[in-house]
Amino acid sequence: MTELLDILASVPFWVAVLRVATPLILGTLGVLLCERAGVLNLGIEGIMVAGAFGGWLTVYAGHGLWTGVLAAAAIGALLGLLHAWLTVGLALSQHVSGLGLTMLATALSYYGYRVAFPKVETPPTITPFAPMQGLGLPVLDAQTPLTLLALLLVPLIAWVLYRTPLGLAVRMVGENPRAAEGQGIRVLAVRTGAIVAGSALMGVAGAFLTLSAFNAFYFNMVNGRGWICVALVVFASWRPGKALLGALLFAFFDALQLRLQQSGSAVLPYQLYLMLPYLLSILALVVVARKATYPQALMKPYRKGER
Amino acid sequence: MRLEKRPQPSRAAQLGAPLLAILFTLALSGVLVLWAGAPVGRTYALLLQGAFGSTFAITETLTRAVPLILTGLAAAVAFKAHFYNIGAEGQLYAGALAAVAVGGLHGGTGLEWSPYVLFPLMMIAAALAGALWLLGPALMKARLGVDEVVTTLLLNFVMLLAVSALLDGPMKDPMAMGWPQSVALQPDLELGKLVPQTRLHTGLLGAVALAVAMWTLMARTVAGFRIRAVGANARAAAFAGVPVTRTLVLVALLSGGLAGLAGAIEVAGRTGYVTLDMSPGYGYSGIVIAMLAGLNPLGVVAAAVFVAGVLVGADSMSRAIGVPTYLADVIVAVALLAVLVAGLFTQYRIKR
Repeated sequence: MTELLDILASVPFWVAVLRVATPLILGTLGVLLCERAGVLNLGIEGIMVAGAFGGWLTVYAGHGLWTGVLAAAAIGALLGLLHAWLTVGLALSQHVSGLGLTMLATALSYYGYRVAFPKVETPPTITPFAPMQGLGLPVLDAQTPLTLLALLLVPLIAWVLYRTPLGLAVRMVGENPRAAEGQGIRVLAVRTGAIVAGSALMGVAGAFLTLSAFNAFYFNMVNGRGWICVALVVFASWRPGKALLGALLFAFFDALQLRLQQSGSAVLPYQLYLMLPYLLSILALVVVARKATYPQALMKPYRKGER
Repeated sequence: MRLEKRPQPSRAAQLGAPLLAILFTLALSGVLVLWAGAPVGRTYALLLQGAFGSTFAITETLTRAVPLILTGLAAAVAFKAHFYNIGAEGQLYAGALAAVAVGGLHGGTGLEWSPYVLFPLMMIAAALAGALWLLGPALMKARLGVDEVVTTLLLNFVMLLAVSALLDGPMKDPMAMGWPQSVALQPDLELGKLVPQTRLHTGLLGAVALAVAMWTLMARTVAGFRIRAVGANARAAAFAGVPVTRTLVLVALLSGGLAGLAGAIEVAGRTGYVTLDMSPGYGYSGIVIAMLAGLNPLGVVAAAVFVAGVLVGADSMSRAIGVPTYLADVIVAVALLAVLVAGLFTQYRIKR
């Protein structure tokens, strides 16, 4: 018990929580944007891999860290455009298109990595983002700028969604595309835009792993984080503020299990602790499912003039 | 631009579309081969040769196709009901674990029953284990409306960690010199060879028989009709008196059971024990195979041989010419998306 209190009272623990939460915040916001416009994006897992690889490769090739972030966002946007063409333009199954996108993006990244580095055993490293410092805030000081960016994006996206005509349009095409079209909103364009923007965020979420949390690209480094973001959006009832809360709560348990494991007080096999994040996600889905109010048009393709 | 439904999809389009999709896939992947600095024609020739160019290559491809047929069927039957089971990977491992739990040597303390009793028991246990692993997500979907895609996906990670824990602990083979591998299967439970001196085992016949059985079930029985009705429109099906929840449970049992069998047959036919890497993503490839086959159980066999050929061929191509084996995954993923698009254009045409 005292050990638990010790962990909770330590600054490094909360630093870890925020660090673990960052890719989840970015990814969850990305999924949220897509789903608010009525489109499921299961491509997230692959887009994160591609963002992690593309961002890292850009920096490794000698460009700046922020150029790497931009590259990851561009890769995400491009993959999002493909998803938008398949699901919005051609009205194909959003489930299948997303899964296909994940497979494609992952395979392309791994292939690219092997072509670029055919023989290396230890992954080549870069100099990642340094902690910001100088803000005078104990936990935030130890974070990199990408964490600050993620935190700032939460109120920004909430503001856009709820306070601007653009946000109203996004929410309308996710709830009732026919009514939105009646109001003169170009449904397909708004959906495409939301997917592209959301996917760009997913790309940055992946880049955080290689440019901030670690300094190299590893196989399987995304390891299901994308799927957890998909679960977190349901948990958050499609609201940016709650998405932040969910990501932090999740990261809290993830960081806690790691500490308990390291402290040697873990009596159970370590794998059981590693299962916790996934089981928690499922639990969150079950708890929230009853009162979850899905965007009404989620996963329903929209074809002009067809009922 | 908008899409307009064709009154009657033409036969030529239906046959030509998949071929065009594959050609497009090969062209696009060819660009990646060029990027790797290899000649495209020779790379594809080596790939084809590695997949089908000799008796050895063919048997290797068919051996690889066995688990893919089963996971492909698992995905096909579920997707037909619009139940997106993405968890075949976890269900496969559940089946593999159940198989060694029932039929394992357990350091000489294994069940000393006749193989004629023990083998069917082992297969039933594996199918049940896979089915049970999917039952939770199915009930969560039917009762609470929880999206099954995310739950089945997350359970894959849970199962792999469970396998890892079991191979470290209770099911670890003490004879394995510290390797994380399960106890071995009793030798008399192993499947016989279909072609001597190769790895091809009689599991292939079982997988093909199951494909025929699934085709019959889907096309010729009331249960199959209900599954298709729930997939076409769950609300209308419920209105017409189809028991939707019960049908979804049946689908989960069938789908999870098939994936569980994939694990058991891999253990009995090829590996003899469970390891953490016994499946290089067969569960996920099954999804692609089901989609390539248009969810037709007989088409699954053909699609599984195609995907197995690409995977096996890429391995031997990579050894010969140094293009990364991940080319196979790119080809499979592009083929999936291209076939989807091609399929759409046989149903719809563009109208300006």
